[in-house]
Amino acid sequence: MAASAALSNSITAFKPSPCQPRAASINPLPSIKLPSISSNYPLISHFAPTPKNPTITPLRSAAAAAPETTNSSTTFHGLCYVVGDNIDTDQIIPAEYLTLVPSNPDEYKKLGSYALCGLPSSYPTRFVEPGEFTSKYSIVIGGDNFGCGSSREHAPVALGAAGVAAVVAESYARIFFRNSVSTGEVYPLESEVRICEECKTGDVVTVEFGESRLINHTTGKEYKLKPIGDAGPVIEAGGIFAYARKTGMISN
Amino acid sequence: MASSSAIASSSAPFINKKDVGLSAFSSQSSFSVQTARKRISKKIVSVMTPQQTQRTPATTGSVKTGMTMTEKILAKASDKPEVSPGDNVWVNVDVLMTHDVCGPGSIGIFKKEFGQNAKVWDREKLVIIPDHYIFTSDERANRNVDILRDFCTEQNIKYFYDIKDLGNFRANPDYKGVCHVALAQEGHCRPGEVLLGTDSHTCTAGAFGQFATGIGNTDAGFVLGTGKILLKVPPTLRFVMDGEMPDYLLAKDLILQIIGEISVAGATYKAMEFVGSTVESLTMEERMTLCNMVVEAGGKNGVIPADKTTYDYLEGRTSVPYEPVYSDEGARYLKEYRFDVSKLEPLVAKPHSPDNRALARECKDVKIDRVYIGSCTGGKTEDFMAAAKVFLASGKKVKVPTFLVPATQKVWMDVYSLPVPGAGGKTCSQIFEEAGCDTPASPSCGACLGGPKDTYARMNEAQASYYLFYRIIDLLLIFYRVCVSTTNRNFPGRMGHKEGQIYLASPYTAAASALTGYVTDPREFLQ
Repeated sequence: MAASAALSNSITAFKPSPCQPRAASINPLPSIKLPSISSNYPLISHFAPTPKNPTITPLRSAAAAAPETTNSSTTFHGLCYVVGDNIDTDQIIPAEYLTLVPSNPDEYKKLGSYALCGLPSSYPTRFVEPGEFTSKYSIVIGGDNFGCGSSREHAPVALGAAGVAAVVAESYARIFFRNSVSTGEVYPLESEVRICEECKTGDVVTVEFGESRLINHTTGKEYKLKPIGDAGPVIEAGGIFAYARKTGMISN
Repeated sequence: MASSSAIASSSAPFINKKDVGLSAFSSQSSFSVQTARKRISKKIVSVMTPQQTQRTPATTGSVKTGMTMTEKILAKASDKPEVSPGDNVWVNVDVLMTHDVCGPGSIGIFKKEFGQNAKVWDREKLVIIPDHYIFTSDERANRNVDILRDFCTEQNIKYFYDIKDLGNFRANPDYKGVCHVALAQEGHCRPGEVLLGTDSHTCTAGAFGQFATGIGNTDAGFVLGTGKILLKVPPTLRFVMDGEMPDYLLAKDLILQIIGEISVAGATYKAMEFVGSTVESLTMEERMTLCNMVVEAGGKNGVIPADKTTYDYLEGRTSVPYEPVYSDEGARYLKEYRFDVSKLEPLVAKPHSPDNRALARECKDVKIDRVYIGSCTGGKTEDFMAAAKVFLASGKKVKVPTFLVPATQKVWMDVYSLPVPGAGGKTCSQIFEEAGCDTPASPSCGACLGGPKDTYARMNEAQASYYLFYRIIDLLLIFYRVCVSTTNRNFPGRMGHKEGQIYLASPYTAAASALTGYVTDPREFLQ
């Protein structure tokens, strides 16, 4: 479970380390406090659970309102779109669209319209209809090594902009996984078996965080997922910066 | 705390020491390094031994476990005496690189999170290199270079390799070209350091014995503000390559061999360390090719111990002091792979995956419609020298459009000025012209990743040959797009058209293929 453990450990194992002081007196850099914590107590335990919000909405970037769901009760429900192994970043967002800058709101939206348009013609169903900016499929189910290839953050951003709440894949390429968590755009969940061979595009599925499972309502089957661990709260907060502010690592 | 007298040895405890003949390094100071060489053992039993797992420390009897190069670099960068794979550490970043595709996004995040008036953590440690979508009329692409310029002006960034005159790259004295090649040529890659870039092929710099890896815009935004990043220490896979490099083989063949062996996810979250007599015999540019495609195996970083070749290359390019590190004798590796390079043959990676390895000679019936020589992987000076060598040996003209895109201004100038050995004084450019190749293009990433539709050599539709007697065939093959390329990825749509088929190959193989119009083993011309 290297992928989700990677970030989960990274959140729990902070050690205090002074930030380099910078010479400029006009420097408005907020100080980064890296808390010294016992590794047994992940940061999220410092927060009391908030009331459950049964509305299922995909998570957006930090600009969105603070999420009301806790990790344990988050669920996503919607149609799934199934892809295979080694879906690389060129298929997720072809290079010709990289002139779009994700931090620009208009261009962020445009990126969503191009999500997964790089898939070859062996995929008969389009992920985003021409003229649309979001997809009717909110869960992407993949095989091995999802997101391999480039380090371009446009990949998880395009998926998030298109309305994807979560990707459920067998395994991830490391930069894609890291970018998904840092941006907070999509939850990169890992399955324990090859769900991509048992689900079809258009199946109605539910992903339950608390139970770490995916339910395919169309086939009636359930699948165990690997818990996302401490990467979850980072995504829920809206990415690494939002999380750092929320937990007091960066003072506001 | 880097060990100052580390001896690098690839004789892992479980290997019969007689079979291992690899150089040992000793280092006392950063500038005077002696390299001691052991005799290479000729007794290599097979081309590739099956991977072997590391013996547990209890059986080695060592009290303190040694660290691999990667672990040492991260330990030093995080001010720790030692680290182990799996540790999450806050690392000081020595150099952060970004380019025109990811720079604007990273800058946007930096300003949003640290404030519109925030200043970067160190104006000398940021290197901004426009290179991806430069020679295009795409307005957004052009705007993105402007965004970089505005930021560099505002922040007084020391290293910004700007371009303003898109019609004539030579009119831009600061412009370099492909970021990974420019980083090396400008002396930004130094042993023992941590270099990050908003590009997956940042791992190229590991050839200099440093930790180099790609990150996304958000992480880069964080580094811009703080100069630090949280990294997990990767375990190391060791690749020991011995044997004399045949003269028809290049580093590209070696890395294709490895990726074909371990697959596109074989090194995910791991470091790839390349050692052995063959690696030591490689030039810096060849070492860069080797490390460049580490990411194609899923690798976090690639690393090659620094030696005299490294120091000679750095001479005159950097005045920043550096301290190389080397793997300890008792370092633990996740797995070790051994190669007898003398037994390897020229390879290709067939569509549509870099691990879809095949012998070039077994693909000789694959008709192609173009060849592309360029990119950070295969567009360096030596790559063009290699291609020129094949054209020279043949003396004939190419049968398909052959696109040449030098990686940087310096490479372009070398192509036009350096004499090719054995060519009676002719330069690469002259040889290319005589062979009927396209004129070398303006240096940039070019069509390696497709790009805006007007990108030179982008795979948009089938290439019409300018040879009249092939035109009819071309009309019949109107949807046939097959390229042999010296680039690094061949996933669907990588170079433009989704149905385009890309065969990844070395410059030797690419040139040989251009001459025949089919995927061709370079031994057809080199032996």
